Amino acid sequence: MTPNDRKYSKEHEWILVEGGLAKIGITDHAQDALGDIVFVELPAVGDSFAAGDSFGVVESVKAVSNIYTPVAGEVVAINEALEGEPELINTAPYENFLVQLKIESLDESALLCAEEYEAFVTQEA
Amino acid sequence: MYYTDTMFPYLPSFWQGAQINRTWEDLYMQDCKHTPLYETHLRLGGKMVDFGGWALPVQYSSILEEHKAVRERAGLFDVSHMGEVFVEGPGAFSYLQNLLTNDLTTLQPCRCRYAAMCYADGGTVDDVLIYMFNEEKYLVVVNAGNTDKDFTWMLAQLEGYEATLKNDSAAYAQLALQGPLAESMLAPLCGGELPEKNYTFVPELEVAGIRAIVSRTGYTGEDGFEVYCAAADGPKLHEALLQAGASDGLLPCGLGARDTLRFEASMPLYGHELTREITPREAGLDFAIKLNKPAFIGKEALAELPRRKRIGLKLIDRGIAREGAEVMTSGRVVGFTTSGSPAPTLGGNFAMALVDADAANAEQYSIMVRGRALEAELAPMPFYKRAK
Repeated sequence: MTPNDRKYSKEHEWILVEGGLAKIGITDHAQDALGDIVFVELPAVGDSFAAGDSFGVVESVKAVSNIYTPVAGEVVAINEALEGEPELINTAPYENFLVQLKIESLDESALLCAEEYEAFVTQEA
Repeated sequence: MYYTDTMFPYLPSFWQGAQINRTWEDLYMQDCKHTPLYETHLRLGGKMVDFGGWALPVQYSSILEEHKAVRERAGLFDVSHMGEVFVEGPGAFSYLQNLLTNDLTTLQPCRCRYAAMCYADGGTVDDVLIYMFNEEKYLVVVNAGNTDKDFTWMLAQLEGYEATLKNDSAAYAQLALQGPLAESMLAPLCGGELPEKNYTFVPELEVAGIRAIVSRTGYTGEDGFEVYCAAADGPKLHEALLQAGASDGLLPCGLGARDTLRFEASMPLYGHELTREITPREAGLDFAIKLNKPAFIGKEALAELPRRKRIGLKLIDRGIAREGAEVMTSGRVVGFTTSGSPAPTLGGNFAMALVDADAANAEQYSIMVRGRALEAELAPMPFYKRAK
């Protein structure tokens, strides 16, 4: 079930907004498509990104995938647990954010709600 | 299952040649070749990819789980996309002696031998396995993506030899059963003795009532068997093997695990460690090159000391190096990686690289990954060797 408490991008990231902060992760569909995740490369706290920028990389055994931020902002936290246990993204994609940004600007119109994201995924197939 | 282009902008390794398609339905419609086990893969939930024009599963459950199964118990692979070329006639032996780098003089019936097939300049056409049935009948098993190219090359070298070639690839299904428990799973299904020693084969054996060629060979670094049967019998044989091994933890395994397993065992993969430009000597396959043979295609070129050498590397810094990454030492670029991956059994990330011969023994290397220099050190090959 795709959680209703957050929004989604067409690049298969989820974004959970709490106050002026946004947690970003990848969806269940994304982790399933990637397979066993073995390495995560995250930015440093303080790094800034524009909407659509790649902020990190998620690697599975066979694939390397850029991860994009749907919002512009500055990194205030990264999920340190992923350094030692990258597979957490496979087992709990919605409980494990990659980065948390202080939102500089957010364009809601580019984001999908849970239902729209699910339809998008089905449609892509 | 779905894959989207945005999810895989940088496909490493041979996957660069493999399109990750939207769904298995697309693969069907895109003229992807099917092995006899295509329906089986779908039924088992295989994540299908286009592998050099063949629709095959990269995994069924998880690459790591499938890899582990082979190391600890057994795994079953569909390798029907490999090519089978029969070489027959009074001139078959002489023909093959000229065609291949290895010496077949001591090859006996029911034995297999590994060899390279080279161009005159020493570059590699393919690496192959030869099965000797008798003095006038040999089977040459070639890499899937190279079958047509190899057959064309082999035909062109026939002039003057009393031998015939038959590309019988479409007639065969081929399964690989690999792992420490492979023998115990396979033996009860057989109507005769399995090949006892590595690199031997039984030309005709009934396996689950299906006539098959069974060799004690493989591409994983474990004990195991490769089983060749009529294409139409493939699905039934696959089913019988899966059932026979179910209670001992046999898993169907895909291309992903096939690659991590051979990589851990430091086995070369054509297109990576061996190519048109990379000779078998550069790849460290001297054991399969017999320069004391009177003549073979590429002998003069291969007799020269190789200018480059394949080395094994273990990543010290955090990160994964894939193929095509620059390798540096002492501040200069000395080569590039040919394969790179996590090594699930060993832990850590490794790479194989082709470097200048004089830089093959450095204390320390750097591998360039996404603009960063990752420190690495020499790792003896094979990275993984099974306990005897």
